[in-house]
Amino acid sequence: MGRYTLGRLLSLIPVLLIVAVIVFFLMHLTPGDPASIMLGPNATPEEVERLREELGLNLPIHEQFFDWFFGLFRGDFGWSLSQNKPVLQAIFEHLGPTISLSILAQSISMVLAIPLGIIAAKKRGTNVDRLFMILVMLGMAIPSFLLGLLFIQLFAVKLQWFPVAGYLPVSAGLWNHLQYMILPATALGIIQTAVIARMTRSSMLDVLSANYIKTANAKGLRDRVITYKHALKNAAIPILTVLGEHFGSLLAGAVVTETVFNLPGLGQLVINGIEKRDYTLIQGTILFTALVYLLVNLAVDLLYGFVDPRVRLNRKS
Amino acid sequence: MEVKYATDAQLQSIQGKRQMRQEGLRLFWRRLLANKMALYGGLIVLSLCLFVLIAPLLTKYTPLEIDPANRLQPPSSDHWFGTDNFGRDIFTRVVYGGRVSLIVGFASALLTGFIGMVVGLLSAYYRVLDHILMRICDGLLAFPDILLAIAITAVLGPNPVNVIIAITIVKVPAMARIVRSAALVVREQTYIEAIKAQGASAFRIIWGHIAPNVLSPFFVQVTYVFAAAIILEAGLSFLGAGVPAPEPSWGNILYDGKIVIFTAWWMTVFPGIFIVLSVLGLNMLGDGLRDLLDPHTNKAIK
Repeated sequence: MGRYTLGRLLSLIPVLLIVAVIVFFLMHLTPGDPASIMLGPNATPEEVERLREELGLNLPIHEQFFDWFFGLFRGDFGWSLSQNKPVLQAIFEHLGPTISLSILAQSISMVLAIPLGIIAAKKRGTNVDRLFMILVMLGMAIPSFLLGLLFIQLFAVKLQWFPVAGYLPVSAGLWNHLQYMILPATALGIIQTAVIARMTRSSMLDVLSANYIKTANAKGLRDRVITYKHALKNAAIPILTVLGEHFGSLLAGAVVTETVFNLPGLGQLVINGIEKRDYTLIQGTILFTALVYLLVNLAVDLLYGFVDPRVRLNRKS
Repeated sequence: MEVKYATDAQLQSIQGKRQMRQEGLRLFWRRLLANKMALYGGLIVLSLCLFVLIAPLLTKYTPLEIDPANRLQPPSSDHWFGTDNFGRDIFTRVVYGGRVSLIVGFASALLTGFIGMVVGLLSAYYRVLDHILMRICDGLLAFPDILLAIAITAVLGPNPVNVIIAITIVKVPAMARIVRSAALVVREQTYIEAIKAQGASAFRIIWGHIAPNVLSPFFVQVTYVFAAAIILEAGLSFLGAGVPAPEPSWGNILYDGKIVIFTAWWMTVFPGIFIVLSVLGLNMLGDGLRDLLDPHTNKAIK
């Protein structure tokens, strides 16, 4: 186990390096001088020159890269002009809503998808199954921000069950927090729900036709016990994989969904950065999300190897 | 002047090839008609394309025409999908916006397909290139797709061409990986070894013999990228990082609609329907094509 973990950790290093290179050079694709763009048309040449110096833009490009790159290890993501604080601090201040949204969306999708998938698998070929497949296709075709807009119109403007937009942190009370989070989390979780439900259905179908299920049936075990104890447990591994793999896309979706509901998360931060042309901020935020994404995937991979010993053995060879 | 005449045997072989190709095409059509998923998906996509093509015939307004007297009108016989906060006709904006959204999606899928094919084939054939190209792909895949796309359009400037570039950069790695893994299987086949032994150039092996054999997964993936590109474009334009303002696109109309979300439901619902329909159609077409082109299901149909 230790060796497997170490191997996975080491394989992360070249990817991290490439991620850093991509982010760095991306921001240098800017047509024209980033400093004068960031300061706007009213800036004097002296101000532009001062900012160029501050950002290190007057150094040769490889020196700029290494300065920036080694700064990252000290937790120095640069200074955000528009927020007037270090980029990393701005990121941490905006992290709460995004994390809360992603975790809630993931939970909602699991609670909805797994029972639905089991029902569809057990009713295979019936109209219930057909309706299920249609819903799954629809769920995968609707972008989360569009669903969010529709939810606002139906549940917040028409029915007035939930507030239209805004945010209260968990510290303001769990219910107050959830009131603002339920609509965005559901909207964000729908694609995930469709993907997991489909996976659950096909994985359950595979397992339900296995011989040990027939044996369990012949022994006269109750249907419930067979479905949940014998079948679901064995069907869970592919479902877990999908869960892990799609958590990253959930993070990405969260960024857009946040702006629909005016949640002050990472998405807002990036959009603000774009409006104010704060390249340091954009650079820092997307680098940060890529890091989180890689670490989440690593954690899922390790967990997966922990749950299913076969994975460990296969990957070693 | 020397005139070359084909021998009988050559003529026969040409005719034989043509016949085989026609036979193959007929078989493909028969299977396409039998595969409801691909058929309906294709029909949805085709009718949407037709719809936006004949747009000028369907409406008496132009997409940028402002009419302040008729601001925020609900759907009526005059304005089928209502009007927006400048009094512009939403139906007209949705059909013209569809042109932009579909063209951006299609162009992104095409460009992604082309670059992904080249990268995938080269890295499957040359081991050294493989290490470099695949590590770059790993790096690109570490970014959440829409965030990277936002960053790219933010740097290059928001306009349709840059949106296409951004979507392509985001979508190429997955495409390259799929082509690569299919090509790795083909590369190990005996006939590739035979052609190599005959002294064929690397170029001919890659493009003449490996490329045609990875087309099935390639086309399926291109269809999915088309669908994903429509969602990405809508997302980017919705965030104000895509197609710039007065020009309509489905995402743009949603962006305008967000400001007046309390009053004008029609500004969200109608462009939304078109986004969902086109993505649904493309996903169905992709799923259908996958079943159609997969040799395992081919046997089942026979």
